[in-house]
Amino acid sequence: MSTREGAVGSGSTLTQSVDRFAPFSARRVFVIGGIALILCGMILGDIFAAFILHPNANRIGENLLAATRAVASHDPQGAGAAFQNIGGLLENRGTKVDAHSHMIGFGYIALLIALLQPYIALSESTKRFLAKLFVLGAILLPVGVFLIHYVGMAGSPFAAIGWASVFGDFGGFLVWLVCLCELAGLVKYFGARPTVRSSDELHNDRSWAARTLLSGGTVLVLIGFLHGSYYAGAHLFRYEAKDSELLSAMTTQAAAGNSAAALQAVAEYGQLQGAKAVNVAAHAHVIEFGVLAILLAFFQPYVFLSEKWRRIWVVVLLIGSLALPLFVLLELQWGLLAGGLADVGGLLVIVALFAMLVGIWRYTGKLDSSAVVA
Amino acid sequence: MTFSRRFLIFGGLALAVWGMGYGIWYAVFIEHQTLDGLSSALATGFIRAAENRMAESQAALADAASRSFVYVRQVDAHGHWIGLGLLLLILGIAFDRVGFGERMRTYLAAALLAGSVIFPLGVLLETWNRGAGPQALAVIGSALVILGLSGTAWGFARSNS
Repeated sequence: MSTREGAVGSGSTLTQSVDRFAPFSARRVFVIGGIALILCGMILGDIFAAFILHPNANRIGENLLAATRAVASHDPQGAGAAFQNIGGLLENRGTKVDAHSHMIGFGYIALLIALLQPYIALSESTKRFLAKLFVLGAILLPVGVFLIHYVGMAGSPFAAIGWASVFGDFGGFLVWLVCLCELAGLVKYFGARPTVRSSDELHNDRSWAARTLLSGGTVLVLIGFLHGSYYAGAHLFRYEAKDSELLSAMTTQAAAGNSAAALQAVAEYGQLQGAKAVNVAAHAHVIEFGVLAILLAFFQPYVFLSEKWRRIWVVVLLIGSLALPLFVLLELQWGLLAGGLADVGGLLVIVALFAMLVGIWRYTGKLDSSAVVA
Repeated sequence: MTFSRRFLIFGGLALAVWGMGYGIWYAVFIEHQTLDGLSSALATGFIRAAENRMAESQAALADAASRSFVYVRQVDAHGHWIGLGLLLLILGIAFDRVGFGERMRTYLAAALLAGSVIFPLGVLLETWNRGAGPQALAVIGSALVILGLSGTAWGFARSNS
C-alpha cells in the first residue's frame, strides 16, 4: 500500500471524512453523481459527433443545395420545403447539443455544490434530499431534451410544447430549485457567523496532483480565452460579412441562371460554417476542460489510488484536454485524421475521469469499512 | 476568509446570477421571436428569389444577417457572464493557494472581476452601436481577464506549501 493509500485510514482525517463523505451523504451523492453526469455527457458528445453531427451537416448542405436549385428553376414551393427540412435538421442538431452540454454543465454544478457542502447551513437529511433531487433533475432535463425530436407533439395536451419538453423543463426547474435552496443555506451559514469553523480537507490539499490540475486547468482556460479573443478580433466580423455575401450570391446567381456560381457559393458557405464550427467548438471545449481540471483538483484527496497512478491520470487528463480542441481546430486542414486524433483526445479525458471515479469509489469502500470497524 | 477570496466568490456568484437572470429574460421575451424571424427571413430570401423578386429577396437576406448579428452577441454575452461568474467562483474557492501576497491577489481578483463584467457588456453593446467604442470595451475586458488568469495560473504553479 502506498503512502497515499495508507494515509486515508488514519486519525482525524478519517473521522472528518467519515462524517462528511458518509454513504448517501449529500457530498457523496453530488461528487459521484456529478462525475457520472460529466462522463455520460462526454460519451454522448462523442457518439453525437461521430454519428449525428457530420451526417446532419451533410443533409443541411444537401437541402441548401436543393433550395438554390429551386431558385434556379423558379420553384418557390421547392425552396420553402428545403428550408422546412433545414429547420427540422437544425432542431435535431440543437437538441443533441443541448442534452450533451446540459449534462456536463450540471455535472460541474454538482461538483461545485459538493465543495460548498460544509458551508450550507441545512440539516443533513435536507441536504441529502436536495442532492437526490438535483441528480433527478439533472438526468430528467437532458433526457427530455434529447427526446424532443423523436416524441414531437405526440399525445400532448399543449399547443406548442410536447411531453418530452415538459419533462425536460420540469428537470430544469428541479435543478434551479435545488440551487436556490443551496444558496439560501450558504447565506444562512455566513449570516450565522459561528465562532468555530472547521477546516475542510478538500480545501487544504496541496498535493502534486491538485496543484498540477489547478495550474493546468487555469492555463487551459487562459488558452481558450486567448483563442476566443483572437477569433473574435481576426475572424468573427469577416465571417459574418462572408456569410451574408454567400447567401446573397446563392440567390442572385441561381435566379440569373448561373448555376455554377450558385453551387460554388453553396460549397463555400459549407466551408465557412465548418470554419465557424471548429473555432467555436475548440474555444468552448478547452475552457470546459480547464474548468473540469480545476474542479477535479479539489477532489484529489478522495481519489484512493497510489501517488504514481494519481499523477498518471492527471497527466492523461491534461493531455486529452489539450489534444481534443487542438485537433478539432486542425480538422479543416487535416480532415479525418485530425477528427480521429480529436476523438482520441476526448477518449483520454473520459478514461482519466473514469479512473478518478474508480479511485473515489474505492475511497468510499475504504471509508465505509473503516467506519464499520470503528 | 481573505478579502480577495471573498471578493471573487461573491463577485462570481453575483455575476452568474445576473447572467442567468439576463438569459431568462432574453429567452422568454426575445429569443424565440428572434429565431423565428431569422429562419423566416432566410426562407423568404430564397422564396422571393425563386419568384424573381430580387429586391425583396436581398432585403430579407439583409434582415436575416442583421438578426443573426444581434442573436450571436446576445447569446455570447449571456453565456460569457455565467461562464465567467462560475469560473470566478471556482477560482475564488482555491484563491488562497495562489502563491502571492494578499495585495497582489486582490489586484488579480479585481482584474478578473472587472474584465468579466466589462467584456460581455462590450459584446452586448455592439448590438446597439456598431462603432469602435463597444469593441474597445470588449477588448479591454478580455485583456483584463487574460491578465488575471495569467497571474492566477502563475500563482497556482509557484504555490508549494
